[in-house]
Amino acid sequence: MNHALIEKSVALLFMLTFIVISIGGLVQIVPLFKIATTVPPVEGMRPYTPLEQLGRNIYTREGCYTCHSQMIRPFRDEVERYGHYSIPAESMYDHPFLWGSKRTGPDLARVGGKYSNAWQLAHLVNPQSVVPVSIMPSYAFLKDKPLQYDDIDLHLNALRSVGVPYSDEMLEKARADIEAQATGQGDTDDLLKRYPKARLGDFDANPSEITEMDALIAYLQILGALVDFSEPGAANATPAK
Amino acid sequence: MAIAAATTPLSDVHDRTTSVPEYNESVIRAFTVATVLWAVFGLSAGVWVALLLAFPQLNVGEFFTFGRLRPVHTSGVILGFGGNALLATSLYVVQRTCQARLWGGRNLASLLFWSYQIVMVAAVISYPLGLTQSQEYAEPEWFLDILITLVWLLYLAIFVGTLVNRREPHIYVANWFFLAFIITVAVLHIVNNMAMPISWTSTKSYSFYSGVQSAMIQWWYGHNMVGFWLTAGFIGMMYYFVPKQAERPIYSYRLSIVHFWALVFLYIWVGPHHLHFTALPDWTQTLGAAFSIMLWIPSWGGMINGIMTLSGAWHKLRTDPIIRFLVVAVAFYGMSTFEGPLMALKPVNALSHYTDWTVGHVHSGALGWCALMAFGSLYHLAGKLWNRPLWSMKLVEVHFWLAAIGIVLYITAMWVSGITQGLMWKAYDDYGFLMYSFTDSVAMLHPYYVVRALGGIFFLAGAILFAINIFMTIYGAHEQKSADKRLSARPAPAE
Repeated sequence: MNHALIEKSVALLFMLTFIVISIGGLVQIVPLFKIATTVPPVEGMRPYTPLEQLGRNIYTREGCYTCHSQMIRPFRDEVERYGHYSIPAESMYDHPFLWGSKRTGPDLARVGGKYSNAWQLAHLVNPQSVVPVSIMPSYAFLKDKPLQYDDIDLHLNALRSVGVPYSDEMLEKARADIEAQATGQGDTDDLLKRYPKARLGDFDANPSEITEMDALIAYLQILGALVDFSEPGAANATPAK
Repeated sequence: MAIAAATTPLSDVHDRTTSVPEYNESVIRAFTVATVLWAVFGLSAGVWVALLLAFPQLNVGEFFTFGRLRPVHTSGVILGFGGNALLATSLYVVQRTCQARLWGGRNLASLLFWSYQIVMVAAVISYPLGLTQSQEYAEPEWFLDILITLVWLLYLAIFVGTLVNRREPHIYVANWFFLAFIITVAVLHIVNNMAMPISWTSTKSYSFYSGVQSAMIQWWYGHNMVGFWLTAGFIGMMYYFVPKQAERPIYSYRLSIVHFWALVFLYIWVGPHHLHFTALPDWTQTLGAAFSIMLWIPSWGGMINGIMTLSGAWHKLRTDPIIRFLVVAVAFYGMSTFEGPLMALKPVNALSHYTDWTVGHVHSGALGWCALMAFGSLYHLAGKLWNRPLWSMKLVEVHFWLAAIGIVLYITAMWVSGITQGLMWKAYDDYGFLMYSFTDSVAMLHPYYVVRALGGIFFLAGAILFAINIFMTIYGAHEQKSADKRLSARPAPAE
């Protein structure tokens, strides 16, 4: 084919370029929505509690993902250091994903339950108090900021519209669920029925107020803790590596 | 016939004075000034975040932590500095090589200029305030994304409209690359930023995509911002400014065709190499790795075409510091695109991923290739736009060496710290235990982070000289103009 034809026609150059740049993306992206084995279902995954979701929003707002990954690769050293390698279903309710690209700090995919609430609080307030060589900034201000959750139904509703299976009941009781989880008071049984394994408690050691610190620690404490890998067969649902 | 037309229009066309249309150069001047300001701002932000990592006690308060400021740096340099450089050069080149004024007239061009600046300023203000989608290089929230889309479509319309109005039969090769860059960025931006705002009055939104799909789409976007914004666009720059400054035709027309189509086809596949060994399906990772290796060929095709354009004019490397910027930029392009496919190999990636090696690699491309290409092109452009020689060639020379030292300090520091991190994480002792705790790998970073910041300071110092040089050239041009005016306005002496 004579290339002069293309370079003399804007329409042709435009169309051909558009087609050529579209092929790769279509081949790699579209099947991920179609092939069932892309995200094999596993026992234990559930949407975030409203408090955890708001904590996740603080994690993204602060740019934690710029230094922490949430994706354990299937290598001996990573599995020994961080725990079972991450499987696709574990981030199925993450809009968007937070796998990260850099480990200036350690991976957080399974930090949930690894430390106590008190440790997490001390670390976020002053990282160097518990990890002297840490280069992480202080997030002490989070414990002084009351958590904004008047619009929690809007958050859950938006998440539902992009595919997270929040039920009507979950939406209705979202505010009560936040208060129950962040204080450990109220109808916590009901909360745990909707959101099994949710950590309860006054995360920021300040019972008088629900703060952003409560939400962030609640989120950190659930990371990687939903799927029970000690159950035989739990990892069988993972695709062959 | 085609060969002659496509490879030599620069010297012929450009200087042909008969019926040359009046180009819109005021908008190019505006974009040039904006490029200079964004360069100083974005690089300063880079130096600052580098210092935050070396001296974490500098993180103060709520709004100025590393996590919130890092996108201020990346947006500042990629979208601000790089973006304005691309807008300035592409709109200059398309007019000259098409022998046509910008489509849409002065008002539309001014609208493009101001809307781009406003939306970018809004973006870098929004990050410290905590407004972010948390997707790398796609941080702006949904309302800014809509504005960016509109601005970008305006850019596309002006560029394509000018191509359509061209008086030259052939579309010059630089414009193929600029066009591919503008089209692809539009596609990437729209697809990756699909999000549901929680309400029309809220700044918060949630991405349409989750988990695996979200990761794939983000890195399809992310790596093609590298591939099209930082590569195709800058290759467009190369195809005009290298031959112009060297006063030689492009080395090979055939090579430019082959490497153009190969580059735009292959690049779009390589995103998954950012997701090796993750929960992304294996088949996608393998495709990403395979296409990354293939990309070696068109990348080097472009490098060869750029560098060999100097054949017969090599002596200019000694005498012309502007050509040195351009040629060293292309050499860095060759080095980065050699290193990139290497890092996309799974065994290498197992070591390099999550470490500073990636950061070093990005900067060898961003500083070595993109920034040097932009500096060189703008030095050339400033002389043309303000119609006078640059204020100081000596300063260009000093700038070059400051930049070169800065890059070398930066990338070697990151190689050492990155490979050390990777090896420490994987090290086992004789008893089969992990040799180092994670904190050991943090404690050893400090000296490298200091050297990296120092490299950044060198590079920034060069950019400040660049700014001084451009502004003194502009100031000189104004002086000249007003002197001319005074001269012509002087009443003739009575005789």
